[in-house]
Amino acid sequence: MDLAPLPVTVPLLMAAVLVGAAPLLSRRMLDALACLTAACNLAVCTLLILQTAAAPRVYWFGSWRPVGRFPIGISFVIDPMGAGLAALVSLLMLAALVVSWAYFESVKSLYHAIMLVFLAAMCGLCLTGDLFNLFVWFELMSAAGVTLSGYKVDETGPLQGALNFAVMNTLGAYLSLTGVALVYAKTGALNFAQVGVALAADTSHDVLLPIAFLFLISGFLVKAAAFPFHFWLADAHAAAPTPVCILFSGVMVELGVYAVARLYWAVFAPALVALDTPLQGLLLAIGTLTALVGAVACFGQRHLKRLLAFSTISHVGLMIIGCGLLTPHALAGSGLYVVGHGMVKASLFICAGILLNRFESVDEFELQGAGRQIPAVGLLMALGAFGLTSLPPLANFFGESLIDQSARRLGFEWISIVFMLAGLLTAGAVLRVTGRIFLGWGHEHEATSRGSCKVALKREMHSPSRKPPLTMVLPALLLLVAAGVVVPAADLGRRMLGEAHAFQDTRGYWQRVLQEGPPPPQKAAEPVGPSARDIGRQAGVALAALAVALLALFPRALGNPAARIGGAILVGIFKPIRLMHSGRIGDYVAWFVLGIASYGLILALA
Amino acid sequence: MSTVGYVVAAWLFVIGAYGIASSRHLVHLCLCLAVVQASTYVLLAVIGYRPDAPAPILIGIKPDAQTVDPVVQALMLTDIVVEATVLALLLSLIVQIDRRTGSVDPDEVDLMRG
Repeated sequence: MDLAPLPVTVPLLMAAVLVGAAPLLSRRMLDALACLTAACNLAVCTLLILQTAAAPRVYWFGSWRPVGRFPIGISFVIDPMGAGLAALVSLLMLAALVVSWAYFESVKSLYHAIMLVFLAAMCGLCLTGDLFNLFVWFELMSAAGVTLSGYKVDETGPLQGALNFAVMNTLGAYLSLTGVALVYAKTGALNFAQVGVALAADTSHDVLLPIAFLFLISGFLVKAAAFPFHFWLADAHAAAPTPVCILFSGVMVELGVYAVARLYWAVFAPALVALDTPLQGLLLAIGTLTALVGAVACFGQRHLKRLLAFSTISHVGLMIIGCGLLTPHALAGSGLYVVGHGMVKASLFICAGILLNRFESVDEFELQGAGRQIPAVGLLMALGAFGLTSLPPLANFFGESLIDQSARRLGFEWISIVFMLAGLLTAGAVLRVTGRIFLGWGHEHEATSRGSCKVALKREMHSPSRKPPLTMVLPALLLLVAAGVVVPAADLGRRMLGEAHAFQDTRGYWQRVLQEGPPPPQKAAEPVGPSARDIGRQAGVALAALAVALLALFPRALGNPAARIGGAILVGIFKPIRLMHSGRIGDYVAWFVLGIASYGLILALA
Repeated sequence: MSTVGYVVAAWLFVIGAYGIASSRHLVHLCLCLAVVQASTYVLLAVIGYRPDAPAPILIGIKPDAQTVDPVVQALMLTDIVVEATVLALLLSLIVQIDRRTGSVDPDEVDLMRG
């Protein structure tokens, strides 16, 4: 049997079954069936990784395939990169569904069904090889995501978060569709390979092509929460149920980066070869801005889920930098970073969920000292915080060292500073919260002096048990362990490097899809390991993050004048970023238009 | 004909985005989003347009006769289905926001500041 369409068909079918058979199924049956479907998807995607390790597979739905240049047939093009990402999606979905087991007091079959639709849409996005199909999965993913983030319809916060999410992503999707239409007008094709061949053969070099490319990726940049399109993400995360946040932060946002990379290397790279340098500069600038703005905003938050959301924005910026360097090493680094970050961040969100469940709050100051009753969760959270600094042997450590080495070779030494700052601030913020909540450190009277997001979150479970439920602690722990062992255990570093080479081999991709001539031999990637210097640097970042967290908790240790000056500087940095985040959808749209216009101008003038 | 179409599409996109940015009523905001969406319909229709060509119904015409491009029309139909879902979702969120807060002015619902 052909496995290729199963990652999308099975969850969609199960979603329909769950809704249809809902009256017959008990709550636990629903949970079990949904978990089973996600586990099944994980197995299928893992098999697909193994099957495609030698050469990517092309699957034409209904066996309709293009004849000549005629644009017919929709294909999945499955390579280990896409299948691997789909496997990560399935794994985190499984974790989210297991967490939901004890998390929700009352939840109906629609929740499970929408989660499965969400799963299918994300897997489809990973595997597709067709422009319009990509847009459809993107919109399905957004629609399912919006529904899930506004799942608790009797509270105002989730509704507003969902509204901001929906409007921004839909607007981005329309601009992407405009890009699809322009590309179709120019080439008369929708399949990645067909479009790419037609664009590469066209030597007219008009300005339409970079504009179409920018439009096309803009929707995915919104999804990836790139600056200045990132506002919706923090709003949606602050309000969405915790199991959903695991998926939003862990994979959905990263899929935006994946789609941009896929579009560039499967379609546009040969046609845009003259724009390589400006595009590289643009992506590095977007990534750096996103990473720094996210990190600073993260440090300034007191609402734990929103804090984690901003840390996701910061780390996505780092992934954009990895793709933006345009080298196979950096791309492989980004891939490893996605794996490690996804697992670590999912684990942190589960910890936030445990707090919310037990104390009906995720506010840093309200919960001061409250976590003393559950020290194990505090330990998990501290471990997760250190995970954000990319300590070895986590997957994101290997990713970061690959990106850093590649940047160094290209002469972008400053990129390691961006990485260090992002790790330092995001980990410092989480450690600060951990210290305050689980150890009761810090001064209490600061509570009123700092404003923050006003989303009040109701307890999502009716009767909190004495101990944190095992179905929440265990996934958090296992995900952290997995992030630590996955690279050495699966030899992921070397494999990812080989796959990144294949991912960037645009003409090889076209040949395989269109079956013109024998597929080119794959280049063997030279293995590159992290150096002792990388380990030392990350250890330094982790220690510095700890120091930052302690200073934030005990500013008076520096003496009163120094603390006051430091505080003033911090407020000076936070204030513009906080003002920028006005919470109004109109402002977000204005930022969106401004961002697209300025990025377009940069590309057009280059 | 086709130049006019492209200009109309661009205009609809810009005016819709302006409408969202300046909206004082969430239902109005939603309809502005529908205007942006209409721009993609116009664009797709213009791209498929061929002067004097019939609709792509291939029965009863010469095999090599040129018709209007059916692919973009299929895209447009899919687009309409997808976006109808999104708009329905948005409107239901807005109804719920109105029930909870008694206001549909985006400036009065400001939980997400900072």
